[in-house]
Amino acid sequence: MDVIEINRLSKRYGQVRALDEVSLSVGRGELFGLIGPDGAGKTTLFRLLTTLISPDSGAATVEGLDIVHGYRRIRELVGYMPGRFSLYPDLTVEENLNFFAALFGTHVQDAYDLVAPIYRQIEPFKNRRAGKLSGGMKQKLALSCALIHRPSVLFLDEPTTGVDAVSRSEFWDMLAGLKAKDITMLVSTPYMDEAQRCDRIALCNEGRILGIDTPAGIVSRFDSRLYAVSAGNMFTLLQATRTFEGVDACYPFGSTHHIVAGGNFDAAALDGHLKADGLQDVRIAPCMPTIEDVFIKLMQR
Amino acid sequence: MNTDIIPFIRKESLHILRDKRTLLIVLLQPAVMLLLFGFAISTEVNDVRVAAVAPHRTAGVTEAVNRVAHNPNFTFYGYIQQNEIDDVLRRGDVTAVVVFADDYDRAVMQAAQGYAVNPPIQIVVDASNTNIAGTASVYLQNILLGTASAQSLFETRLLYNPQMKSAYNFVPGIMGVIFMLVCAMMTSVSIVREKEVGTMEVLLVSPVRPTKIILAKMIPYFVISCVTLAIILLISRFVLDIPMSGGIGGIVFVSLIYLALALALGLLISTFARTQIAAWMVSAVVMLMPMIMLSGMLFPIENLPLVLQPLTCAVPARWYISAMRKMMIEGLPVGAAMTELAVLCFMLLAVLGFALKKFNDKLE
Repeated sequence: MDVIEINRLSKRYGQVRALDEVSLSVGRGELFGLIGPDGAGKTTLFRLLTTLISPDSGAATVEGLDIVHGYRRIRELVGYMPGRFSLYPDLTVEENLNFFAALFGTHVQDAYDLVAPIYRQIEPFKNRRAGKLSGGMKQKLALSCALIHRPSVLFLDEPTTGVDAVSRSEFWDMLAGLKAKDITMLVSTPYMDEAQRCDRIALCNEGRILGIDTPAGIVSRFDSRLYAVSAGNMFTLLQATRTFEGVDACYPFGSTHHIVAGGNFDAAALDGHLKADGLQDVRIAPCMPTIEDVFIKLMQR
Repeated sequence: MNTDIIPFIRKESLHILRDKRTLLIVLLQPAVMLLLFGFAISTEVNDVRVAAVAPHRTAGVTEAVNRVAHNPNFTFYGYIQQNEIDDVLRRGDVTAVVVFADDYDRAVMQAAQGYAVNPPIQIVVDASNTNIAGTASVYLQNILLGTASAQSLFETRLLYNPQMKSAYNFVPGIMGVIFMLVCAMMTSVSIVREKEVGTMEVLLVSPVRPTKIILAKMIPYFVISCVTLAIILLISRFVLDIPMSGGIGGIVFVSLIYLALALALGLLISTFARTQIAAWMVSAVVMLMPMIMLSGMLFPIENLPLVLQPLTCAVPARWYISAMRKMMIEGLPVGAAMTELAVLCFMLLAVLGFALKKFNDKLE
């Protein structure tokens, strides 16, 4: 039996379907990513699994415990790091950690081997108020607090949102370290590049799951040719390309536009067409699809 | 349970101690309010300017005017003419004018002999401030009656507060308000703050039962309130000279019940409010306003419109203030306030039961 099993779980707020018949399962020791933009239903799923809210229909279990009937037991087993900073800003780093240890009826020393690799990085600031920490340090403290009772499952809701690139990368290194200790993790993120660091990912949008696979598996689902195109005037380029024959889709992607090519797409013909339109520095080259390309393609279906 | 609640109490105390401004306000406010109401703000009538109209300044008239002039409550403005009365009152030069009749001396003498006479004195009062007008005319009547040496049929004795000190009236009311402010408002705001900051989510996703977290939150505020109670009682006794002859034990006991009730109300508010602002608003509008208007603190309950009078029974401060008046001012033992005590106990159980039932260990 998997650690997290979700079967056709639904939740609506008034008219809004926050979660629409979602099913997925996460195995022991797996680092599972929920990838999707704001409003995809990621936070709702976390709140359901951490028993903070009750589902409208469907069922889910965490460690074999039903999220509706076994919620008290679940609360003893899981660690939860909500999307926004949820520690006490007027307490120091050390006071926060001690309080969360007390909350779970344990002591910092009991989980020190687990917490130490993370906590050691912020220990020099242990007498600083948590509200005065940088974004990256806050995340480390929050993770330390979520781990203090040795949870077997960890729920991390957008842990890297609002954190600088270096701290984000460090944070994923820490999660890799926890994975080595057999902790099951469900992580959500709006950043597609972070999806690569998960074992498996689910692409979510508007309360539904568009696809579940390994990052490589997701990318291999992209069954069209993909080109990157750039020119002096990117906006004119976008409009000119979209109306060109054989172009299924064209959208901005970083410093270029990506073209999803149809069967009759001819790159040389597009190049000539664009130059005839007066565009300068036109470059068209085939490129490898990323998770984001898959996401955009799935969303348009 | 008893031992591991201590970290929670410590955490809550740290929140309070780190918020120095609020702490200072909470501890200073009672003292400031008491001293303000006790000394600066008073409903006693002082320094009323009075003029006199007397066609003949006979010995009787002069004696009567001297009495008024020497009374500490009045300042004598001078003699004026009959046709000036309206002017001086309009200009606000005086608040009252005493008009003596032509045959004042004779009328006074006849009255003293038991004859029925027309009233020899008229008092004209500026009634634009009804409070001052009423009190000043009563004072003037008392002083002038003495001059007229007419035997009054009534003798009035003011019990419990013979000098009519307004502080006596205000202290129980202030206690009722302060404890509501400290206990109900501050606990509700501190619980709602956890919801607003997001820490409530983490607290709920833990094995700890919410009742324990709530209890740990109440204890430091209860302690602060007890300190406040001590400050108020000390100022009342030694600065404002309130007798409290009914026994300090009863006063403290009823106050503790009221404190617990205020904490329970704060908890109840926190189960409804989602933001700190909302908690403040609910405390201020739903609790503070009725408390001031309907508790008998400012306006006697008997003077309220009949429709509103039954409503006052639902205001906890009404019962507390009434009990405090009995015990602090009238000097009665706690036995005399049994009805109030019973009502407060009943309210405490009802509110606490409802609040705990309503307190959800889920987010919605």
